[in-house]
Amino acid sequence: MFRLSPKPFSIKPLRYDFLDSAAGAFATFEGWVRETNDGRAVVRLEYEAYPEMSVREGSRILDETRKGFDIIRCVCVHRTGTLELGDIAVWIGVCAAHRGPAFDACRHIIDEIKLLVPIWKKEYYADGDSGWVGLNGLSSGSC
Amino acid sequence: MPDHTRKDGAKTVAVEYFAIFRERRGCSSETVTTHAATAAGLYAELAGSYAFPASRDHIRVAINQEFKAWDTVLANDDTVVFIPPVAGG
Repeated sequence: MFRLSPKPFSIKPLRYDFLDSAAGAFATFEGWVRETNDGRAVVRLEYEAYPEMSVREGSRILDETRKGFDIIRCVCVHRTGTLELGDIAVWIGVCAAHRGPAFDACRHIIDEIKLLVPIWKKEYYADGDSGWVGLNGLSSGSC
Repeated sequence: MPDHTRKDGAKTVAVEYFAIFRERRGCSSETVTTHAATAAGLYAELAGSYAFPASRDHIRVAINQEFKAWDTVLANDDTVVFIPPVAGG
């Protein structure tokens, strides 16, 4: 299951959904909002998603991970909207019989999401400036 | 469904804008009637009117919610989204 959450979410019920007597390992990854990026002080973030395609691409990544790794279940929740420092931006959980595939699948999912899911991040800096991450070097006609 | 094909060969497509494209265009979506044959042609057409990045080097295109090559031929009623560098996670 891949879903977008426009509001902060509780991770306790997410964990509960993984309880399975066949599982011997549960690996999670949380992406947090950090106070700096590229040496600049960040005060908050905004995530914007192309909702239908994000869910489609995210679900495809989870399906392929389930087929490619020896795991039982995997879930990802990604925030949209305004986030403050320390907020959870993304949460990934994977359970498996053994720890190796659980760690590997968790890493694979976050790496693929960063490459393929159409979600964009705008950083707001302490100096009042703001900007979309990853757009450095893109020149434009008149801006 | 209405047939939007015009006698002059123009097509009507839906363009949705996100992130920097939404900001530069000043709206989230619009219906565009275009003579552009491909997604690249449509981008060039729109980039000429709005302050879009001049180079497509780091931008991808999605047609009907799937990543496609820039030389993909547009069909009537396609939904086109320009995808700037993604930054989830």
